[in-house]
Amino acid sequence: MLQTLEETFQRIAALDPEVVAIAGLSLRVSLSAVGLGTLIGVPLGALVAVAAFPGRKLVVGCLNAAMGLPPVVIGLVLYLILSRSGPLGSLGLLFTPGAMIAAQTVLVIPLIAALARQIVADAEEHLGEQLRSFGLGPVRRAAILIYDTRFSLVTAILAAFGRAISEIGAVLVVGGNIDGHTRTMTTAISLETQKGDLPLALALGLVLIAIVLAVSATASLLRSYAMRAYG
Amino acid sequence: MDLLRRSLLSLGLFVAVSGLSTVPGVAEPAETITVASTTSTEQSGLFKELLPAFTQASGIGVKVVALGTGQALDAARRGDADVALVHDTAAEEKFVGEGWSTKRYPVMYNDFVIVGPKDDPAGAAGASVVEALRKIAAAKAPFVSRGDRSGTHSAELRYWKEAGLDLGAVRGDWYKDVGQGMGPALNTASAANAYLLSDRGTWLSFKNRGDLKILVEGDKRLFNQYGVMVVNPDKHPHVKAKAAQAFVDWLVSGPGQAAIAGYRIGGEQLFFPNADAR
Repeated sequence: MLQTLEETFQRIAALDPEVVAIAGLSLRVSLSAVGLGTLIGVPLGALVAVAAFPGRKLVVGCLNAAMGLPPVVIGLVLYLILSRSGPLGSLGLLFTPGAMIAAQTVLVIPLIAALARQIVADAEEHLGEQLRSFGLGPVRRAAILIYDTRFSLVTAILAAFGRAISEIGAVLVVGGNIDGHTRTMTTAISLETQKGDLPLALALGLVLIAIVLAVSATASLLRSYAMRAYG
Repeated sequence: MDLLRRSLLSLGLFVAVSGLSTVPGVAEPAETITVASTTSTEQSGLFKELLPAFTQASGIGVKVVALGTGQALDAARRGDADVALVHDTAAEEKFVGEGWSTKRYPVMYNDFVIVGPKDDPAGAAGASVVEALRKIAAAKAPFVSRGDRSGTHSAELRYWKEAGLDLGAVRGDWYKDVGQGMGPALNTASAANAYLLSDRGTWLSFKNRGDLKILVEGDKRLFNQYGVMVVNPDKHPHVKAKAAQAFVDWLVSGPGQAAIAGYRIGGEQLFFPNADAR
């Protein structure tokens, strides 16, 4: 164990450009997925929170349940859709970073939407009546409440990023863990574990944790800066 | 509202830019083919040696998806690969017979070894492969099976049959079916101090050996033939047949065969080119 740890730190000190490229791909895929997921999930969650429509309870229940979708199942379904024999096969997306972004986007949309719905619904309890008294429609009300809760929404988006960058099931199935093309931090860690190179796997794991911490620290700093400036 | 609009705009811009840009510093070859292959070839490090040489010679890039042999052939059947490079001659001939490829080319062979605990409780060391399996089964010594329809798994099942043992009848708690690749199976065997069948390449590049060592090797039955096939463009019109054929032609050519023979780990040759075989 001690020897493994010692080797681990030697490996971290010697991190080569290949690891930097893998970390870059992980970041690119997960940030893109969270970006797309935010553009879709936040408005979706906010609308569900403010609009009254039949079956709304069911939709909320589905959103909450979908937060727990297993990544490997999402990967498998997307694999079948993107496979050359599948309905979207002609796009040629399978085994590319694009497919990985698509899979992680599907993964984070329910998470972002469900959390955004809860956050916006809480804000609506305080402000909803007032907004409705101005005669604003649901879209305007949702937009105002999103703006009002923007700092809380950052936390929801960070949670989605954490889920995206740490998952392996979806990216492995639709990406194929191709060296130099679709190898991410998590699939590389899994591969090195399989090869029995535990110190290198652990070194990559520590790098991944450092990346997650760095992103979340950056977001917190931006948030507190923005709160001071605009809050 | 302005801040929201601005941040949404920059976010969208970021997504668009990061989604379109490729990994910096990697020059993309003009054409890239996808090869469905096996975990044993990928994890032994052979492709890291072969592919740059081929790309240099041809200008064609190669992406390798490492799966078990059965899965790799399935991916090729679905049209998700241009080339299949696998090791299960019977399954390959079936693949060609069904028209998924027009020709199978033998490329190289490596060999399997039976790896087991140093103290060898079943007394399998030095025996032939069928004799060793009989001893392991008789002693009910822990044995790890890939159980994943890979080429190695189907070879293992063939050896049990050749040993005259009905696996369904003799298997018990001692027979652990892990359903995973060669590496995870080796990790499991190392942790459980169990016997298993491994290809030599993955074993040589495997680092977490614990108390395991090679007990059975050199038996002629343990030779493991690899074949390569271009996916039939009549079945899947999008297959990059020309580039794929160039890859196969290079593998069986002098330079390709020399590159295979030249790959060594710790001075030991892992794969033996034999494009002239059956």
